[in-house]
Amino acid sequence: MKFAKALASATILAACTFGSASAADLVVGFSQIGSESGWRAAETTLTKQQAEERGIDLKFADAQQKQENQIKALRSFIAQGVNAILLAPVVATGWDEVLQEAKDAEIPVILLDRTVDASDDLYMTAVTSDLVHEGNVAGKWLADTVAGKPCNIVELQGTTGSSPAIDRKKGFEQALSGHDNLKIVRSQTGDFTRTKGKEVMESFLKAEDGGKNICALYAHNDDMAVGAIQAIKEAGLKPGTDILVVSIDAVPDIFQAMAAGEANATVELTPNMAGPAFDALAAFQKDGTKPPKWIQTESKLYTQADDPMKIYEAKKGLGY
Amino acid sequence: MTAILRGYALRLLPQLIALAVILLMVSLVFPGFFRLEIQNGRLYGSLIDILNRGAPVVLLAIGMTVVIATKGIDLSVGAVAASSITSGHSLAMTLVITLGTGLLCGLWNGVLVAILDIQPIIATLVLMVAGRGIAQLVTEGAILTFNDPGLIFLGSGSFAWLPLPVIIWLVFGILVALIVRKTALGMLIEAIGVNRQASTLSGVLTPVLLIAAYMLSGLCAAIAGIIAAADIKGADANNAGLWLELDAILAVVIGGTSLLGGRFSIAASVLGAIIIQSINTGILLSGFPPEFNLIIKAAIIVFILVLQSPPVRNAFTFVALLRAGRKPTEGQAR
Repeated sequence: MKFAKALASATILAACTFGSASAADLVVGFSQIGSESGWRAAETTLTKQQAEERGIDLKFADAQQKQENQIKALRSFIAQGVNAILLAPVVATGWDEVLQEAKDAEIPVILLDRTVDASDDLYMTAVTSDLVHEGNVAGKWLADTVAGKPCNIVELQGTTGSSPAIDRKKGFEQALSGHDNLKIVRSQTGDFTRTKGKEVMESFLKAEDGGKNICALYAHNDDMAVGAIQAIKEAGLKPGTDILVVSIDAVPDIFQAMAAGEANATVELTPNMAGPAFDALAAFQKDGTKPPKWIQTESKLYTQADDPMKIYEAKKGLGY
Repeated sequence: MTAILRGYALRLLPQLIALAVILLMVSLVFPGFFRLEIQNGRLYGSLIDILNRGAPVVLLAIGMTVVIATKGIDLSVGAVAASSITSGHSLAMTLVITLGTGLLCGLWNGVLVAILDIQPIIATLVLMVAGRGIAQLVTEGAILTFNDPGLIFLGSGSFAWLPLPVIIWLVFGILVALIVRKTALGMLIEAIGVNRQASTLSGVLTPVLLIAAYMLSGLCAAIAGIIAAADIKGADANNAGLWLELDAILAVVIGGTSLLGGRFSIAASVLGAIIIQSINTGILLSGFPPEFNLIIKAAIIVFILVLQSPPVRNAFTFVALLRAGRKPTEGQAR
């Protein structure tokens, strides 16, 4: 173990002194959670693409949704003496020991899209989106679009108690405060799935006078919105016109709906978390610039005016 | 004939009462509950939603009833539903492949249980875990969206003013019930559930019947999978059928079939599934915050199960017999 550590530090030293300018001989380990969703598959694809573009040798480990696999992967990265580790942690707790081992081996660790409950000197930086901000962007778009007219909103929440559901709800409500014309009349969980999104929307439509009472739908993710759009259509209403649809994530299928005029806006949760991470790493390798402890990715708003079909084509191949 | 009907009514009485009470409670919190209208050439209303949304659990419960009657259990149905969803072929081909996958999964479970004598809960746990994994491998974790009008029709089309999924489970349920009840099959299945060894010794082809029961369950799961995929126009390997095996088992239990095997009733299990879906839809319509969903569901289910428990049932019979002026000892003896 000592030998491995010494070897690892030596490799890092070598990388710092001899290969400072080019990234060609950078070896980066990436411990991915698994393939729990289309978004995560896209994140994996983009991370591999980004690494290839920069000539980084990416060692990829799929943890199959298990923390012990991730810890094993991290230990093996440390033993191999990689230059840096990207970690998308499956849970928040239980990382202190292995992160300390990486620190002892002087291997910088960058967290992707989720954070951990550990002292922040154990990792170099965390690249994540701001979930509250995402909800806020969606809420602002809606407030601007209805422009003072009274509007009853129904909300499809994510899985009850999950942090995206809590934060995206919070951000949206923050954006609505001060707009007395906007009111959330119904809010239920759709578990982030299409099936539940459709089922819950069906009940919303029945409960609110066949949907005549509803002016907008806010869904915590696109999949629920796609399900809800089908429910709205089956109830004989026009999604996107009779009921405005705004959601978060920007997965390809919602762009198809936007192109068809059935969805109005989506806020992107970019799967390109690795890009900013590699940038920070390059700067650190070059002259030791320490990045801030949190790099926030952009929460970009897409509407029907953004040529949704083109974005759909671009996103389609990413494995969503 | 009337005697048979009366027998049915008596058997289904607790479930029918539970369903009526739940529907009544929902209509109290949501007054427009019973309203039905014709829209786009089909009936439209909350009651139809319950029948339609309940389709996957009803189908799973039909297969699960037969398996449980053999003293088995099938934990893999949710995953089988997920793994049977294939796309990219013609409609007929897709359906054949899907149903074939379901039957194959059932055959696997059946062989493990009947031939290798592995306990059902363990044997089917294998596919519960692996089935979803296989499905995710096929879809690479992404939701496959399709636009085949025929397949979509299966999920959201309608026939005779009813959504097609409702027709599918009605026809399938009646078919299975007729097959097991109009032949000796049902009795043989019950015999295996009560005492497998004794049935084998008296000449019942136990392994064949067991495998057939699991294959039926796999077939039901496959049909449920088709409906779930057709409904959202996409195959979602991560979430389709997730935890549905537990709802299906619950439906069978609410239907009064014992987990220890033996006597079973498919109609009661179907009612059980509809009860579960009525609770789900009722909660959604009531407008309670989502944090209460599971608590409300659990409370209602505990209430139903307590009503069905032998001591409470005996107490009811006791009171009823007292009222009828008979001697209580007769009631207890039954």
